[in-house]
Amino acid sequence: MKVYLDNGATTRCDEKVIERMKKIYLKNYGNPSSLHSLGRDAKKEVDRARKEFANYLKISEEEIIFVASGSEADNLAIKGLSLAYPEKKHIITSKIEHPAILRTCEDLERNGYEITYLDVNKEGLIDIKKLKELLRTDTLVVSIMHANNEIGTINDIESISKICREKNVFFHTDAVQSLGKVKLNLGNIDLASFSAHKIHGPKGVGALYIKKGIRLKSIIKGGGQERGLRAGTENVPGIVGFAEALTSLSEKEIERITELRDYFIERVMKEIKEVHLNGPLKERLCNNASISFHYVEGEGLLYHLDAKGIAVSTGSACSSKSLQVSHVLRAIGLKHEIAHGTIRFTFSKYNTKKEIDYVIDSLKEIVTNLRKMSPLYPEEK
Amino acid sequence: MDYNEKVIKRFSKPKNVGEIKNADGIGKVGNPRCGDVMELFIKVKNNKIVDAKFRTFGCVAAIATSDALCDMVKGKTIEEAKKITNQDIVNDLGTLPPIKVHCSVLGREALDAAIKDYENKKN
Repeated sequence: MKVYLDNGATTRCDEKVIERMKKIYLKNYGNPSSLHSLGRDAKKEVDRARKEFANYLKISEEEIIFVASGSEADNLAIKGLSLAYPEKKHIITSKIEHPAILRTCEDLERNGYEITYLDVNKEGLIDIKKLKELLRTDTLVVSIMHANNEIGTINDIESISKICREKNVFFHTDAVQSLGKVKLNLGNIDLASFSAHKIHGPKGVGALYIKKGIRLKSIIKGGGQERGLRAGTENVPGIVGFAEALTSLSEKEIERITELRDYFIERVMKEIKEVHLNGPLKERLCNNASISFHYVEGEGLLYHLDAKGIAVSTGSACSSKSLQVSHVLRAIGLKHEIAHGTIRFTFSKYNTKKEIDYVIDSLKEIVTNLRKMSPLYPEEK
Repeated sequence: MDYNEKVIKRFSKPKNVGEIKNADGIGKVGNPRCGDVMELFIKVKNNKIVDAKFRTFGCVAAIATSDALCDMVKGKTIEEAKKITNQDIVNDLGTLPPIKVHCSVLGREALDAAIKDYENKKN
């Protein structure tokens, strides 16, 4: 049996998405900047997709910029603001942000910016009161992710953005994991990053929401596409596919995924000893279960699951290029030896209960075997 | 991670897992914080290692290295075993991803510790 439980990494493309993209690739393949009819037709496709996007997010069309990835959207948000408002040299973010935010902030730090990295509690939530105290007149932007990619924590960004608005500080959120899954009211949010391939859309396309009135400077220069904010020929099939993907998850499907997740968590916690769930039980992404299996190491567990056709990811240092334990697991205070045994299971609408049962049976067998092999596992247990 | 088939095979079906009761030498190295703990047991008769087993908490490379090391030391005299280098262990597995070479060093250290334990017990 093949079971894909790494939907936090990327998802299978929806067939409706592919159908719409195929039409662009084969028939509407013009460059939206071209003057001839093929070009004009391609531009209409981009305009239509932008309108669908705007309707979905209840924003206006000129508030959305298409880019090549969620990471690019994050980079453009932070760097674009820093270039447009150079007098403000302080940024607040959290310790569990995506590397696209953290590395961008570090880059600015090397250029004289002061960055405050907020701690999170053991569930991955920031302290909103503390944030309020840290806001300054020279604070450029606060960037807090909507839902965490590793442990699934959903931050209360409506409250956070309201505080920022009161203090006249821009608020950006990386909403890559939450788009299409968690209701998002952009009310006080100034900028938000999105990505298509996490919601059954194509890879290589992202979007940045920029509230009307906010100046931003581009980081990619060229032909003036996307209102001069992002040069480069528009990825027309990708943009169209992204718009189609926005509605790929119905309320009913989200409910079903949530049920699968809860069924999985409940059975794992009950049937495998000495495990724990990372992140909150309730305020978490509908498709995320981050579980630490004590006394075993995640990479080994991942490869054994892989041999059984099950795809997951791990926060173990041993699997990372830097040999560092995941910064998110460290920030929520997990001991290193426990962080090493952490596996992220992320579900999608394509998963079935039968698959989940198979994964649980496999997990029970593998964890037992690895623990037998582990010198850390107390013998009396 | 870019593991070769030999490494994956060793990791998936290790032959030498377990502990040796009344082992003549035990070496335990590594640190759970770093994600690798290796415990090596050796049985020695007439200065020759006649059996070797391991218990390892660690990644694919750590487990494959432990298992390969056990096979390598079996049948060797203590002096011969002392000469095994971490590169010998890597060579036995074919290759290891560069960032995983430290696992073979850990194997070498486990062997050192087990031999030292054996020599201490003997004297």
